[in-house]
Amino acid sequence: MGLAKRIIPCLDVTNGRVVKGVNFLELRDAGDPVEIAQRYNDQGADELTFLDITASSDNRDLILHIIEEVASQVFIPLTVGGGVRQVDDVRRLLNAGADKVSINTTAVLNPQVVQDAAGRFGSQCIVVAIDAKKVDNQPFEWEVFTHGGRKATGLDAVKWAQHMVSLGAGELLVTSMDRDGTKIGFNNPLNRAISDAVDVPLIASGGVGNLQHLVDGVTLGGADAVLAASIFHYGEYTVQQAKAYMQQHGIEVR
Amino acid sequence: MKNIDIAVVDYGMGNLRSVSKALEHVAPDLNVVVTSNPQDIHTAKRVVFPGQGAMPDCIRELDARGLRQAVVEATQQKPFLGICIGLQMLFERSEEGNAAGLGVFSGQVKRFAAEDMHDAEGRKLKVPHMGWNQVQQPTTHPLWLDIADNERFYYVHSYYVRPDDPTLVTGITEYPKPFTCAIAKDNLFAVQFHPEKSAKAGLQLLRNFVHWNP
Repeated sequence: MGLAKRIIPCLDVTNGRVVKGVNFLELRDAGDPVEIAQRYNDQGADELTFLDITASSDNRDLILHIIEEVASQVFIPLTVGGGVRQVDDVRRLLNAGADKVSINTTAVLNPQVVQDAAGRFGSQCIVVAIDAKKVDNQPFEWEVFTHGGRKATGLDAVKWAQHMVSLGAGELLVTSMDRDGTKIGFNNPLNRAISDAVDVPLIASGGVGNLQHLVDGVTLGGADAVLAASIFHYGEYTVQQAKAYMQQHGIEVR
Repeated sequence: MKNIDIAVVDYGMGNLRSVSKALEHVAPDLNVVVTSNPQDIHTAKRVVFPGQGAMPDCIRELDARGLRQAVVEATQQKPFLGICIGLQMLFERSEEGNAAGLGVFSGQVKRFAAEDMHDAEGRKLKVPHMGWNQVQQPTTHPLWLDIADNERFYYVHSYYVRPDDPTLVTGITEYPKPFTCAIAKDNLFAVQFHPEKSAKAGLQLLRNFVHWNP
């Protein structure tokens, strides 16, 4: 017995509501963030991740109120990402009640932010999110993309992961852009390559359609935690069902 | 001025909101104050000493605010709960930045050794130790009331304490080797995990602390 593998429901938030899209498009409303957070907590979720995908900067502060409200009612770790551009954004999210802040596009545009934020608040609260896609026009297999999967960076996802850890990332959230919203399972070779290349925990994301995918994410992909959105939001499975299934397949869960 | 029931020591190292919110949740009638004023720590009935980030920074910021003496006195005088770095700082020295601690207890703070970081099947174990792990209770204690032996609590840390005095140990977790995750002495209890982030079991531990009369 030892450290449990974590199940992390992910809530994409825009303008104060939870939504879920397919391949980062076609957003559908999935409900009130606080209500959903409470429900997942009751179901035994190990952690919650909020991704703020609000397009307009006018509405970006809405996420702070949501986090404040969730953090005063739900006592499990909360990670928040989306729109983090500077160290001060990290500070504001932590002060609102986030335990970890996830940095994605900014990590590519300005890696110094990762280093400065980790130096100031500790690596334990800095998650670097890596959106990767399989490519055949590069000397490596998986390329880092930014801006919700629209912009190629020319960076090798595995090397990029190692670089981010060297700057102070305490955890990596790896999303396969080919898989996100497709329900065909995680990109396990990508996750395995990154997990084996770094010492910090890896959260697998993108593509979960059934409970076997969660098991595969751990056993094949080497993930320390598995993140999923739609299978939980639309009531296809509860977190309890996911845990029971993982346990039946020899994975230690809480 | 309203009496302070619980002072949460604030030395500027990050967010103490979750600690205070969790205490307010289990003790809605008590006055919980997040404070960097040594006088508040003197007058409070109970003291919670949290911590996150790097221990050298925590000690430096504690001293910069003149809080050292008040915290050390509280460890000897009233119900005191250390959390995470708030446990580590009670010891003499940490491998993290070779920082001197408060020296309330003799012993060292060690980093998880790279050569130990694999499970029985040879799979790599990650550092930081992040997530929910089991806590064995080698001794009974009022703060373990209504918490099952081997219950899981939430951890996020890369260093752990190694007390010289084995009688301090009241909680053990394996990663992969057993390490001390909770200590207790007289009016003091301190844990490596985060009760404020450990759902029901964590709230129960905080509830036990709030009602503890050592």
